[in-house]
Amino acid sequence: MTDVAAAATKRRAPRNQWWDVWDQFKTHKGALVGLAVFFSILALILIGPWFWTQDPGYVNLRSRNQGFSALHPFGTDQLGRDMLARIMAGGKVSISVGLTAMLLSITLGTTIGVLAGYFKRLENLLMRGTDLFLALPLLPLLLLMVTLFREPLSRTFGPETGIFILIVTAIGATSWMQSARIVRGSVLAVKEAEFVLAARSIGTPPRRMITRHILPNVMSPIMVSATLGIASAIITESALSFLGLGFPPDFPTWGRLLFDAVDAMQLYPARVILPGVMISLTVLSVNYIGDGLRDALDPRIRGR
Amino acid sequence: MKLRTALLGAAACFALAPAAYAERGTDGQVNIIYWQAVSTLNPYLSSGTKDVETASLVIEPLAGFNEKGEVIPRLAAEVPTVENGGVSADLTSITWKLKPGLLWSDGTPVTSADVVFSANYCMDPAGGCAQLARYEGIKTVEALDDLTVKVTYNEPRPNPYTAFVGSTSPIIQAAQFANCSGAAASSCTDQNFAPIGTGPFRVTGFRTNDVVQMEANPNYRDPTKPAFATLTVKGGGEAAAAARAVMETGEFDYAWNTQISPEVQGQMTAGGKGQFIYAFGTLVERIEMNLTDPSASLPEGQRATSAHPHPILSDLRVRKALSMAIDRDVLVEIGYGNAGRATCNLVPAPAAYASDNTDCLVQDVEGAKALLTEAGWVPGPDGVRVKDGMRLKLLYQTSVNAVRQDFQAIIKQWWNEIGVEVELKAIDAGVYFGGDAGSPDTFQKFYSDVEMYANNFDGTDPEPYLAQYTCEKAPSPATQWQGENINRFCDPAYDALIVELGRTGEMGKRAEIAKRLNEMLTKDTYTVVPLVDRGRLSAHALSLGGVVLNTWDSELWNVSDWYRIK
Repeated sequence: MTDVAAAATKRRAPRNQWWDVWDQFKTHKGALVGLAVFFSILALILIGPWFWTQDPGYVNLRSRNQGFSALHPFGTDQLGRDMLARIMAGGKVSISVGLTAMLLSITLGTTIGVLAGYFKRLENLLMRGTDLFLALPLLPLLLLMVTLFREPLSRTFGPETGIFILIVTAIGATSWMQSARIVRGSVLAVKEAEFVLAARSIGTPPRRMITRHILPNVMSPIMVSATLGIASAIITESALSFLGLGFPPDFPTWGRLLFDAVDAMQLYPARVILPGVMISLTVLSVNYIGDGLRDALDPRIRGR
Repeated sequence: MKLRTALLGAAACFALAPAAYAERGTDGQVNIIYWQAVSTLNPYLSSGTKDVETASLVIEPLAGFNEKGEVIPRLAAEVPTVENGGVSADLTSITWKLKPGLLWSDGTPVTSADVVFSANYCMDPAGGCAQLARYEGIKTVEALDDLTVKVTYNEPRPNPYTAFVGSTSPIIQAAQFANCSGAAASSCTDQNFAPIGTGPFRVTGFRTNDVVQMEANPNYRDPTKPAFATLTVKGGGEAAAAARAVMETGEFDYAWNTQISPEVQGQMTAGGKGQFIYAFGTLVERIEMNLTDPSASLPEGQRATSAHPHPILSDLRVRKALSMAIDRDVLVEIGYGNAGRATCNLVPAPAAYASDNTDCLVQDVEGAKALLTEAGWVPGPDGVRVKDGMRLKLLYQTSVNAVRQDFQAIIKQWWNEIGVEVELKAIDAGVYFGGDAGSPDTFQKFYSDVEMYANNFDGTDPEPYLAQYTCEKAPSPATQWQGENINRFCDPAYDALIVELGRTGEMGKRAEIAKRLNEMLTKDTYTVVPLVDRGRLSAHALSLGGVVLNTWDSELWNVSDWYRIK
C-alpha cells in the first residue's frame, strides 16, 4: 500500500490545461513583450487618471501649445488642454470600443461559423449570408448607420453611451464575417476527425458535441481573429472619429486626437505622434499576443 | 520696296504680339479647390456658397459687384440708374438693356425672354427657390423687346439692384429649363448639373459632390478671354488640406475659404508656393438660436417648426446670458488672427450700415449667471441649472472644421461655467450645408438648440439679407426645408420695418432702418449672436495672376481675367 501511495505522490499533480497553455505562451518572446505592453497601456488608461487628475476637457487659454514640461508631461494642445489626460481619456474609449466590438464580432462570427460548419442544412443559408455581408461596402454602411441611429440612441442612452453602443454595434456587425469563415473551415475539418465519430457513436447530442469537442479544438483560430479584431476595431473607430462621424467633438478618442492634431502636424508633431504611437502600440501588442495564443492553444504545437 | 514690306511685316508682328498673349485658352489648365464639394450648379436650388460661386463660372447675372462693392454690368449694357433713365423717377421700376449680340454657350442668342424666365423660375411658389429674397417685392418682369427687360416693383425700390444682380440671381436659359419650373425643379438633373450659360466657362463634366470639369466657353463675349482653356473645380476634403494643396504641394491654383488657424497660416506661407489673401466683407461667424422646439419627441413635420416654441431659448434672458458668457476677442485670437475681428453685428459692413453696437464685446460671466437666476434657472446639485424640473441643456451643432471645433470646446466651457450643460455635435460640411431636405443634419432643418456657422450677403445693400428674417421665410416641411430664416424668428414689427426699408429711398434713412433691424436681431433679442467678423481668406498659387478677392460677390467673379504668370 505504501508503494502505491508513494507512486501516487510521485506522479505529477493533475493541473489545469490552462497552465500548459501558459507554459507554451511563455516561450513566445514577442507575445510576452506584447502582453507586458498591453497591460502597461491598460494600466495607464485605467489607473492613470487616479494619479493624473487634470480634466482632459478643461480649456486653459493661458497655456496653449506648450511643449513637454513637469506640469504637462505630454504638453498641451491648441486650447491648453493637457495631452496626457487626453491620451488617457481617449485610450479608455478607444480600447473599450475595441474590446467590446471584438467580443460582439467574435460571438457572432463563432456562432455563425460553428452552426454553418456543423449543420449541413444551415450551411448554404448562413454562408451566403456571410458572403452578402462581405460584399457590402463597409464605410458607407457605417455612415448610414451613424446618420440613421445616432439621434434615437443618444436620446435614449445619452450622447456618450448612445454613440458608444452605435459604434460598437456598427463595428461588430460589420466585422464578424472573416471569423465566421475561418471557424466554419476549422469546424468542417474537426467534424471529420475520429474522436468526433467516436463521440457520435456513443450518442452525444449535437449541443454537447459542439461545446465539448468542436469548440475547444477551434479555439486557436477564434483567439487569433479575436486579437486581430481588437486591432481593426480600434482602427475603424479612429477612422470614424477622423471623419467626424464618431463620438461628439468634445469627447477625446485616439482617433479624434489624431484628427485634431493633423492641421498643426508640422508645427507640433508630438500631438500627432503620441496618439499615433498609442494606437500602433496597442494594435501591435495585441497582434503579438494573438500570435502567442495561437501557438499556445493549438494542442499539436503545445508541449513540443 | 521689299525691305519696306519686311519692315512693315515685322512691325505688324510686334503690334500683334501683345494681343497674342491675351488669347483665349492659351494658358492651359487651372485647378480650383472648393473643399465643400459642389452639389448642384443651379444657385436657385441651393443656398450653399460653394454651389453659387462655382455656378458663377457658367451662368451670369445682368450685373455684379466689384471688389469695392460697386455695381458693374455683366450681361447688361450698362447699369441702369435714375440719371441714365434706367430707373424710373418714382423708383418703382428698373429697365435693363442686354448687351447686343450675346450668345449662350450652345450658340443661341440671349434674349430678354431668358431674363423673364429666370425671374419666373425662381418666383414659382411650388419651386422652393433658395434665392427668393433677391426677387422680393416684384410685381412684374416683362420683356419690352428682345434686349430690354423691365422689372416693376410693388413699391418704390430705392435699391433696385437685387433681382438679376450678383451671383445668386443669374440668368438661366429659358429653352433649357422650360420643363423644370415649379415642383419639377429639383428633378431636372441634367439641367441643374450642366446649365447652359454665358460665363467664361462651360460645363463638360459634373460628378455631384466631387468634381466639375469645364472648358472655355467658345461663345464668351470677350474673344480674348478666358486665358485658361480648361478649368477643374474639385470638391472634398477640408480647409487645411485645401490650403496645403495650394501653399505646399502646388496641386491647385486656388483654394476657397481656407479657414485655418493663424499659426498654420504663417507656417504655410513660409513655403513660398502661394499666398493667402484677406478682405473684410460681411461674413459673420455667429451662433443662431433656435426659437422652435427641435426635440425629437415631436412628430416629424412639427419638429423645429413654429408650431412649438423652444422650451428654453424662447426666453430672451437665457439667450442674452449665453451671449454675455462669450469672450469674442479670445475667439478671434484662437481662430482667425488677422483675418478676423470681434463683432456684435449681423451687418458689420459697409460702414454706413454698421450699427455701433458694441455691448457684447465685454465678457460678463457674473452678469450672465445673475440673468439666468433672474429667469428662474437655479443651479442644481451638479451645477447645471434647473427650472420646473427641466435641465438647462443645449445641443450645439456646427460643421466639421478645426476652428469651429475649437470654438465649440471654448464656448462649451464658458457656458458650463454659467451652469448650462452643453452637448456638442459636428456634422460633415457637405451634409450640413448641402440643403438636402431628406437629411436631418442640415443647418436649415436646425434639429439642435443652437448652431454655429458663418453667412454673408451679396452686394452692398443689406436689405435682402435682413429680409431673410421675416416670418414667412422660416424653413419648414411645407417649403421643402428651404428658406433663410434659420432661427424661425417672427416679429410683426420687424416685418413692418422691412417693408418700410423697401419703401425708403433716402440713403441716411435707409442706413438708420437697417441698423435698427440689425439691432432687433442682435442686441434686442439675441436671436443671432454674432461672434467674429471674418475676413474672407483664400489662397492662390504665386503663378496665378489676376486674382482679386471680392467680398461683395462670388469669389470667382473675375475668373475671365485670371492668367498664368510665366
